[in-house]
Amino acid sequence: MALRQCAIYGKGGIGKSTTTQNLVAGLAELGKKVMIVGCDPKADSTRLILHAKAQETIMHLAADAGSVEDLELEDVLRVGYADIKCVESGGPEPGVGCAGRGVITAINFLEEEGAYDEELDFVFYDVLGDVVCGGFAMPIRENKAQEIYIVCSGEMMAMYAANNISKGIVKYASSGGVRLAGLICNSRNTAREDELIIELARQLGTQMIHFVPRDNVVQRAEIRRMTVIEYDPTAKQADEYRQLAQKIIDNKNFVIPTPISMDALEDLLMDFGLMDEEDESIVGKSASEEAVAA
Amino acid sequence: MATMTRDETQALIQEVLEVYPEKAKKDRAKHLAVNDQSVEQSKKCITSNRKSQPGVMTVRGCAYAGSKGVVWGPIKDMIHISHGPVGCGQYSRAGRRNYYVGMTGVNTFGTMNFTSDFQEKDIVFGGDKKLAKIVDEIEQLFPLAKGVSVQSECPIGLIGDDIESVSKQKTKEYSKPVIPVRCEGFRGVSQSLGHHIANDAIRDHVVHNRDNDDSFETTPYDVAIIGDYNIGGDAWSSRILLEEMGLRVVAQWSGDGTLSEMELTPKVKLNLIHCYRSMNYISRHMEERYGVPWMEYNLFGPTKIAESLRKIAEFFDETIQANAEKVIAKYQAEYDAIIAKYRPRLEGKKVMLYVGGLRPRHIIGAYEDLGMEVVGTGYEFAHNDDYDRTIKEMGDSTLLYDDVTGYEFEEFTKAIKPDLVGSGIKEKYIFQKMGIPFRQMHSWDYSGPYHGYDGFAIFARDMDMTINNPCWNSMQAPWLKPAAGESEAPMAASA
Repeated sequence: MALRQCAIYGKGGIGKSTTTQNLVAGLAELGKKVMIVGCDPKADSTRLILHAKAQETIMHLAADAGSVEDLELEDVLRVGYADIKCVESGGPEPGVGCAGRGVITAINFLEEEGAYDEELDFVFYDVLGDVVCGGFAMPIRENKAQEIYIVCSGEMMAMYAANNISKGIVKYASSGGVRLAGLICNSRNTAREDELIIELARQLGTQMIHFVPRDNVVQRAEIRRMTVIEYDPTAKQADEYRQLAQKIIDNKNFVIPTPISMDALEDLLMDFGLMDEEDESIVGKSASEEAVAA
Repeated sequence: MATMTRDETQALIQEVLEVYPEKAKKDRAKHLAVNDQSVEQSKKCITSNRKSQPGVMTVRGCAYAGSKGVVWGPIKDMIHISHGPVGCGQYSRAGRRNYYVGMTGVNTFGTMNFTSDFQEKDIVFGGDKKLAKIVDEIEQLFPLAKGVSVQSECPIGLIGDDIESVSKQKTKEYSKPVIPVRCEGFRGVSQSLGHHIANDAIRDHVVHNRDNDDSFETTPYDVAIIGDYNIGGDAWSSRILLEEMGLRVVAQWSGDGTLSEMELTPKVKLNLIHCYRSMNYISRHMEERYGVPWMEYNLFGPTKIAESLRKIAEFFDETIQANAEKVIAKYQAEYDAIIAKYRPRLEGKKVMLYVGGLRPRHIIGAYEDLGMEVVGTGYEFAHNDDYDRTIKEMGDSTLLYDDVTGYEFEEFTKAIKPDLVGSGIKEKYIFQKMGIPFRQMHSWDYSGPYHGYDGFAIFARDMDMTINNPCWNSMQAPWLKPAAGESEAPMAASA
């Protein structure tokens, strides 16, 4: 099987890293050889696989050694649960330097050092919430990730983000082979969440590949820096991640997304009661003005 | 070829513009004009200080070049850090020939390159800590440096390094100015914005440093030379004339200049500006804040020198005025002899110029003193106030070109067939290969000085040896040369 490269995007705090690591554990359990590339200065994309607080990152090791050319692959690559390979790009603390350049440098380094060997079945890029600059779009440029999964939930901002990310994909889809492969709904237990995400997926021209229900076992495993599959293989939630893994293996539904207009998105949110009909008469009115009018 | 008429010049512009696509043609047309001395405001005939068109060859520089290369770089007792990757500092190192006296590496640093040599890790993790360390090292290795300026290269602005806070902290720590300059190369349309940014940094960090300090003894004859970069020694051959007039030159900005001189400048009676473009900003500031008036002058060629010395003297008393006359008289035999020697060899020769800040207009007088005519001129990065000053200096129906493109310059030259082109290193070999005598008018072609009476002697010699060099008679292979008696083939046929 040829190497499949996948990138996981989604609003900050939606559970990208947790979902990625649990799903990758599922793939590994099914015998797949997987590598995770964390593309976030926070470096929390591999902790559940490595049982570590935060893996030493390519950029920090490069800074210590002098330059990235002074590093060898084995310096940065760690192997964790079920032989999953892990690397973190790393980057600066908030407010200084250029995190985007860190992602670019790290991914170039992995390519040059031959990290993408023929043994691998999957590479997963776990990318910082927003594609704020060219660096964070690096994983979806030509010859990198071809499939993008967006983690979202039935909350308004998560859906806005999913739609915005789709716009970004359209840009890169026209110049390269990157395609939207589906929405992963990481449930927040909002009303009619599954229907809402299925509808959003339909409008974006894609699918909701899986609905991951909310379950406290995820947090219990996380406290132990473990994935659910490793912590409690018999848990019902472990089966959810196994199902997601199988669906990704079988997935053939790769599309250029059709992002929707702001109005269409708001209509959708209103249909599902997540947003009230807009009342133009109250726009720009302060509380005291409203009191006078009343 | 006789001097062109207005219609002919206009037709030439049209012909040259013809190759451009519609949009580029429309834009470039605004930057090309036929000179008309009756026009009062240049904005009626020429556009300047606009972004260059993509796809054309322009020889403009960047904001970093304007700040580090032009304004700050020559200040000799400070260390100017090229903050960012190594190339900007290294490839511009010592290239401008700003002469200075001092012991390089001990108390003067003009020709050295100080850089933070950014690597990937500095981009990713930021360069502030490295900058702080560099300032510490400078303090240890070069304790006689009077201060440091931080000249930002492009990446500094992209990654948002806080050079201001590092500078502030180090200024306090060492009680020496560490001055942040936000002259990232991508800012603005040319080096011109870099001049302005550099002037603003001097305004904010230097000129007010001795506001409440009267220990400097002033005289009624204190002046400062502003906008002379001492290229090939220009400021020195200017300074002696002012001193012989009885004036005291307190500061040179910035060729062979020092931090202390800049700090003292607000105390002078008159600021004398040679390069208006690069230092009018700080002169205006000193006028507004300290009431120091400023005056433009021109020390190229005896006519302009005499005019300028008299204008400067008029600002002062009769003694100085009498001295000015004495100075002019003292050198008269010298410059008359130069004119007598070279004018017959150069009479009627036509020149096209394309340079930077002041020279496209200031040198015209020196050529005229030698009987030559400037038939085309233009600036890389001028604003319209520069063209306002140029229109009066240039003859009617001559050609003006702003931010000229490589193509336009070559085509104009082919049509006008000047006897000399004066421009920069990037143009030099193109025109020489076209068989046209050429002088580099940025660096004086490794010669100079050209300012003052001493400079005029060198200027005249250089123009003569370039134009009348026998090599120009050897442009054709011997076997292609017409036999004796035949008329010579036109140059174009051999090109």
